[in-house]
Amino acid sequence: MIQLTDIHKAFNQGQHNEYWALSGIDLELEARRVTAFQGPSGSGKTSLLTIVGCLARPTRGRVRLHGEDISGLPERFLTEIRRRTFGFVFQQFNLIRGLSALDNVMLPAYPEGKPHAELLQRAEVLLARLQLGHRRHARVEWLSGGEQQRVAIARALINDPEVIIADEPTANLDTTLSKQFLAILEELSGEGRTVLLTSHDPLVIKSSAVHRVVGLRDGRLCGD
Amino acid sequence: MRPWIEKQRYLIDYTLAALARRKARNLGLLAVYALLVFMLASVSLFGQALRQEAAAVLADSPEVILQRLVAGRHDLIPPGYLEKIGRIRGVQHQQGRLWGYYYDPVSKANYTLLVPAAEAPAPGHLRLGATLARERGLQAGQPLSLRSYGGKLFTFTVDEVLPASSELISADLVLLGEADFRAFFDYPAGHYTDIALSVANPQEVRNVAAKLSAALPDARPILREEMRRTYASLLDWREGIALALLAAALLAFAILAWEKASGLSADERREIGILKAIGWETGDVLRMKLWEGLLISFSAFLLGLVGAYVHVFHFGARLFEPVLKGWAVLYPRFTLVPQLDGLQLFTLFFFTVVPYTAAVLVPIWRAAIIDPDAAMRG
Amino acid sequence: MTRRPSARFGAFLAVLLLLFLSMLADARRLAPPRQQEQAARAALVQQLGLSDLALFTEARYTRHLSLADLHSPFQDHPLALDHFPSGSVVPPPPARLPHYAPLDRETTLPD
Ligand SMILES: Nc1ncnc2c1ncn2[C@@H]1O[C@H](COP(=O)(O)OP(=O)(O)OP(=O)(O)O)[C@@H](O)[C@H]1O
Ligand SMILES: [Mg+2]
Repeated sequence: MIQLTDIHKAFNQGQHNEYWALSGIDLELEARRVTAFQGPSGSGKTSLLTIVGCLARPTRGRVRLHGEDISGLPERFLTEIRRRTFGFVFQQFNLIRGLSALDNVMLPAYPEGKPHAELLQRAEVLLARLQLGHRRHARVEWLSGGEQQRVAIARALINDPEVIIADEPTANLDTTLSKQFLAILEELSGEGRTVLLTSHDPLVIKSSAVHRVVGLRDGRLCGD
Repeated sequence: MRPWIEKQRYLIDYTLAALARRKARNLGLLAVYALLVFMLASVSLFGQALRQEAAAVLADSPEVILQRLVAGRHDLIPPGYLEKIGRIRGVQHQQGRLWGYYYDPVSKANYTLLVPAAEAPAPGHLRLGATLARERGLQAGQPLSLRSYGGKLFTFTVDEVLPASSELISADLVLLGEADFRAFFDYPAGHYTDIALSVANPQEVRNVAAKLSAALPDARPILREEMRRTYASLLDWREGIALALLAAALLAFAILAWEKASGLSADERREIGILKAIGWETGDVLRMKLWEGLLISFSAFLLGLVGAYVHVFHFGARLFEPVLKGWAVLYPRFTLVPQLDGLQLFTLFFFTVVPYTAAVLVPIWRAAIIDPDAAMRG
Repeated sequence: MTRRPSARFGAFLAVLLLLFLSMLADARRLAPPRQQEQAARAALVQQLGLSDLALFTEARYTRHLSLADLHSPFQDHPLALDHFPSGSVVPPPPARLPHYAPLDRETTLPD
C-alpha cells in the first residue's frame, strides 16, 4: 500500500553541517502487516517513519500511498492525509500535560468537527478497551508509563486510521508492559491495521506479532 | 456549516482546557485586563458625558460677555459703558452683571455671590447652591451670617436652597439682591462687574465683537462660542491627561501580555508540535490561539465596560473625584446623562480587544510553523 | 459527566452579554429623567446668565474658566501652570489665545 522510491533525506542541506540521514531507500510496505525497522542508533529509522507518516517530506524521491504520489502535495492535504490515514504512538508518548486522558484521546479528531457525542462515545470505548475506563478523567501526568502509552495508543486510534506508526514503543516499558504492548499490537493487526514500528528490542523483533523486519544501516536498507 | 461550528467549539474547548491548567494566573490576567478596560472606559464615558453636559448646559449662557481690563487685569465697568454699547448696531440687549467672590473662613471655601437679573431675592434674603448649603448645614428659613471684606457682619435669611440636581452649575452660588450685594462688597454705585450682551443676528456675533473692541478699546469681549470651545478643549485635555497616566498602566499590561504570549515556553512549543503531528493544521493552531485572545479580551472588555458604566453613571465617577476636586471644599454632587454612542464603544472595543489578540497571535505565528516531525524527536 | 468547557464559557459569556444589554437598557431608562434635570440646569444657566460649570471652586480663575484674565492663572507666562492641582490640569484656553496674540507675543519674546 505504501511504496517508497529512491528516498533521500538531508538535514541542514547546503550548510556546512549537511547530513544525509537517508540515502536511497526503495521499499514496498504491504497493508495489514506489522513491519519493524531495526538498526543501530542514527541509522535513520525515525527519519524514515516521519517520511512515511507525512510528518516530513523527503529531500528526494517519491512516496506513494495507494498508488498516489503524495510527496508533492501541499501542506494542507498532507495534514489531512496524516490525520485520517496514520495514527502515531511516539516514543515519549507526547501527551498534552494538564489535560485529562479523555481530552488527550479526542485531540486528533478536533479538526474533523464531528458531533461531540459521537466523538466522546468513541473515545470512551477506546479507553475502556485498553482498560483505562476508570482513569479517563485523570490528568495524564498522574498516569503510570504503561497507562500513558495506552492513552497514546487510544489517541492514535481515534480517527480510525489504516496505519499505526510507533517509534520505539517499548523503550520506556519493562518486560511485562512490553508484552502487554505486543498483545495490543497483535489485536490491532488482527483488526486489519497496518503497523509500522522501529525497535532495538529483541522482544519485539523476535515476537510472532511482527511479520516483517527491515534492517537499516547508515540510511540504507540492509536486508529483511 | 455544522462541522465548522463544531470544530470551532472543539478549538475553544481545547484553549479553555489549556487555560484552566493555570487557573489562578489566567483569572488574574483577566482581572487586571478588565480593570484596565474599566479605567479606560471610565475616563472615556465620563469625559464624553461631561463634554455633552457642558455643551448642553452652557448652550444658553450669555452670547457675549464684555469685561473691562485695567493694566491687563479684570476691572469694574464704570458708568456710561452700557449707554455706549447701546449705540452699537446689532446689539439687541445689554445687561450689567454684578457678581464677585467671597472667601468664607467658616467653611474655608470660596463662594460666588451673584445678583440675578430677574427675580432677585428681597433685601436681607439669600438663595444658596445646594453644595454650599450642605457644607454649612443650612436649610431654607435659617439665618446665615457673613463678615464682609470691610469687616461688617451681615445676617441674611436663607430663602431657598437651589435644587440638588443643579449642583454642577450652582455648587457655590449665593444669590442676593443688588442693594445687599453693593452694601456687602462696598461696591461703588453705577459700576458693574461685567456686561452680558445678546446679539440680534447670531451670524453677526464676530462683527459685533469687533465693533465693541473698536468702540471700547479697554474692553474685552468673550464670545459664548469661545467659552464653549474652552470647555470642550479643557475636558479633552483633562481626558488626555488621564489617558496619559493610564498609558503607563497600558504599557505595563502590554509588557505582561507580551511576556505571556511571546515567552512561548518550551512546553508550549512542544504542545504545538504535538498538535501538528497528530493532525492539526497550522491554521487550526492559529485559530485556537485566536479564540484564546478573543475570549479573554472580549470578556475583559464587557466586564470593564459594564463596571465603568456603573461607576460613572451610578456612582458619580467616585474614583475620579480626587483628581477633579483638587483642594476645592465645595465639590458638587452630580449625575450625568448616560452617553453610549456606537463609535465610542467601538473605539474602546478596538483599542482593548485588538492589541491583546494580536499580542497573543503574533508570536504563535512563528511557533506554528514548526515542523511537525519535531514531535518525533524527544 | 462534566460539561464541556465551551458550554461553561458560553454560559459565562451569556451572563456578560446580559449585563451589557441591561447596561444599554439602563442607559435608556436613565436618560429621560436625567435629560430633564439637565434641561433644568440649562434653564438656570439662562436665567442667571452663568458662564461656567462649578467643578473647580478653589480659585477664581478655575471657578470661571471662561472669564479668567488671560494672564492671572499664568502669572509668569501664559503657558506656566501655577495652581496645583487644577493648574496642573488646566491649560490656557486655546480658543482665546489668538484673540490676544499681541499680548502673548510680548510675553514670549525675550527682552
Ligand atoms: N533535525 C535534524 N537535524 C540534523 N540532523 C538530524 C536531525 N534529525 C536527525 N538527524 C540525524 O539524522 C540521523 C538519523 O537520525 P534518526 O533519528 O532517523 O536515527 P534513528 O535510527 O532513529 O536513531 P535512534 O535509534 O537513536 O532513534 C542521525 O545521525 C541524526 O543525528
Ligand atoms: Mg529514532
